[in-house]
Amino acid sequence: MNVAKKTLGVAVVAALATGVSATAMARDTVQIAGSSTVLPFASIVAEEFGDTFSQFGTPVVGSGGSGGGLRQFCQGVGENTIDIANASRAIRSAEVASCNEAGVNEILEVKFGYDGIVFASRLDREAFELTPDHVFKAAAAQVTQDGELVDNPYTRWSEIDADLPDQEIVLVIPASNHGTREVFEEKVIHPGCESDAQVEGDACVNLRGDGRIVEIAGDYTETLARLDAQADAVGVFGLSFYEQNRDRLQVATVDGVTPSLETIGSGEYPISRPLFFYVKGEHLDVIPGLAEYTEYFLNDMVSGYGSPLEDAGLIPLDEEERATALEQFQARTVVSPE
Amino acid sequence: MSITIEQRRQHRLMTIEKSLAKRHRKETRFRRVGLAAVTTGMALVIILFASILARGVPAFWQSTVYTDVYFDPEVIQLDEKPRREDGETQLAFDERYGAWLTQASLINWQSLIDNAMEDALGVDVESRQLRDLRALLASGERFALRDQFIEKPSLLGQTVEVKLLASANVDVWIKGNIDRSLPDARQQLSPQTREWADRLSDEGIIENAFSTSLFLNTDSRSSPASAGLAGAFMGSLFMMMVVILLSVPIGVASAVYLEEFAPQNRLTDLIEININNLAAVPSIVFGLLGASIFIGYFGLPLSAPVVGGLVLTLMTLPTIIITTRASLRSIPPSIRQAALGIGASKVQTVFHHVLPLALPGILTGSILGIAQALGETAPLLLIGMNAFVANVPGTPLEQSTALPVQIYLWQGNELRNFFEARTSAAIIVLLGLMLSLNALAIWLRKKFETRW
Repeated sequence: MNVAKKTLGVAVVAALATGVSATAMARDTVQIAGSSTVLPFASIVAEEFGDTFSQFGTPVVGSGGSGGGLRQFCQGVGENTIDIANASRAIRSAEVASCNEAGVNEILEVKFGYDGIVFASRLDREAFELTPDHVFKAAAAQVTQDGELVDNPYTRWSEIDADLPDQEIVLVIPASNHGTREVFEEKVIHPGCESDAQVEGDACVNLRGDGRIVEIAGDYTETLARLDAQADAVGVFGLSFYEQNRDRLQVATVDGVTPSLETIGSGEYPISRPLFFYVKGEHLDVIPGLAEYTEYFLNDMVSGYGSPLEDAGLIPLDEEERATALEQFQARTVVSPE
Repeated sequence: MSITIEQRRQHRLMTIEKSLAKRHRKETRFRRVGLAAVTTGMALVIILFASILARGVPAFWQSTVYTDVYFDPEVIQLDEKPRREDGETQLAFDERYGAWLTQASLINWQSLIDNAMEDALGVDVESRQLRDLRALLASGERFALRDQFIEKPSLLGQTVEVKLLASANVDVWIKGNIDRSLPDARQQLSPQTREWADRLSDEGIIENAFSTSLFLNTDSRSSPASAGLAGAFMGSLFMMMVVILLSVPIGVASAVYLEEFAPQNRLTDLIEININNLAAVPSIVFGLLGASIFIGYFGLPLSAPVVGGLVLTLMTLPTIIITTRASLRSIPPSIRQAALGIGASKVQTVFHHVLPLALPGILTGSILGIAQALGETAPLLLIGMNAFVANVPGTPLEQSTALPVQIYLWQGNELRNFFEARTSAAIIVLLGLMLSLNALAIWLRKKFETRW
């Protein structure tokens, strides 16, 4: 009996070992990771792709933020590295360099749509009409007052502008692992900073550290939970998240424009950003379905107007941009390191 | 004026009486504090369970549409389902069958559903209202219809009653999980869709039926109403298989060796200390280790249950070793001495006498260790098991999620109104599994328990 047991044990270990080495050789589903803003869109496409093309497996979509996804993407070439990195910002030249160093030379950039970034507060509080200037003054570590650089003295929104609600300043923003943070700094803080006489350049994004700025490393649900706990807080969300939770949140206007698919699409609403995913060119002929997934994603029926992705809150590319994106992918245009 | 014996006695009695009252007070106080501690603990557990049950139980029932669907031959223009012919290789057949499946996928199944819903509502919907109509049903139901047809191509030309899931927002609306008095601009559904949903609900076409999709489907984002736990469940199952196959034999073998055979020296002391230390290592550290060693160095696939199982094995091993050693130690030395006395070898003593007697303790320890592994989330996030996977894994090497990770993922879903209940439902399923594992541990202990 002992012998039988021993044989069984050996057999199990052997089976496990051969199984492991067999599949380490051949992965047949596309593996994706990255931005949590892109994740809902990519997951929808992955699912529809798997349902429509029965010969390919449904791609697997992980999160980890734009930075985390690109770091995984740049780990190297091979079947235990991801094929696609989702990003809510363009790849940085340092990231391209680290990719190239690890042997990932064919980085194919695919732009597939736009997303808006909105400020929203709880429905039972007053509505906000913000400008980048307001947000800068609420968030900066130091501001100029009467020609002097002082530590941010504002504690209530009404002190910044009498028209704003008389509420404590608490701003819940994404942490730096999110691509959204970069857009927030670039499209809100920097423009708001321009009106300040003494703060310039990198000093603009020096945010106050007295607990009025709350950085969220997780996803928007965490931001929402913050707003539940701190009634006065104003949160930074993606438009699509706000759209799904309109019964709890009210959105702030920026420069007098209410964010919506139309105002962001037309560029009237100032805070929007393109969404990307990066395809590993070296994997195109190795992983079945990778090229098909990319082309399917860019299909008008999938990510165009009236598509499931638009329903989920994506602002589609216009015809010309879509054609360019597809052309660039098909021509295998590689992102250069410069 | 000396103190009499009587006076002394009186004095002593008084002192005793005083201290006695004090001691009694002390005892009562201690009992009350103890009782309060137990009550607080129980109250917290009850509050936790009640809130999870109150939120999660309704999610086991889901708005479902019962309607007649006409499998219109004009829409379904499909070749006959291929059968394997004599002499045809499996490969050639698979290719032919795959082509047929692709053809089936390209059929406009949605239009069949649209027509069925129009009939159910008794309206003729113009194309601009189509979006309102489609908002009633989960978008993945067109694939469900396709799969039903593929299963049974004889449905062509027939009208059959089918069960279709209502969309997540309709479910939320009908259950009243969204404030119905909110203005149109704050509602997820258009006024037209809401009116239709109410009408169908009144007519009994939309019913709150038990949600089989919660158990049979995988996670879904394109059609949130059909999101289920099947993929995560299989992922967890595969992981637990790996954990059981690796951690129980290795854990028990090392415990037996260390306890019964190993010499007592500095080396074994060092090993013992390290095993105890290992038990105290935070689980996320094992995740980091797994990511760098199993995936980075050995090149195992990302998001695979086998890697999750290996990581959880590392985490479970110390628990199993420690509990096994404890239960071996609790076997009286007389058993060993008796066995040795009648001429049994050391190995025979251990395997014929000590180990069977220690079995209940070993089983209990292993099951508790495995239950702990089943609920572990943190290390899995680091090896990519928090990815969105829409397949049920067929082997431990295919990508998958796990039950606790699925809870984490649903908790983060942007469709809060729907997924809050879904999350609690998943917690109930996981808790149910844990409780049954613990019950099994207790049962096994009771069954094999030996009293000296």
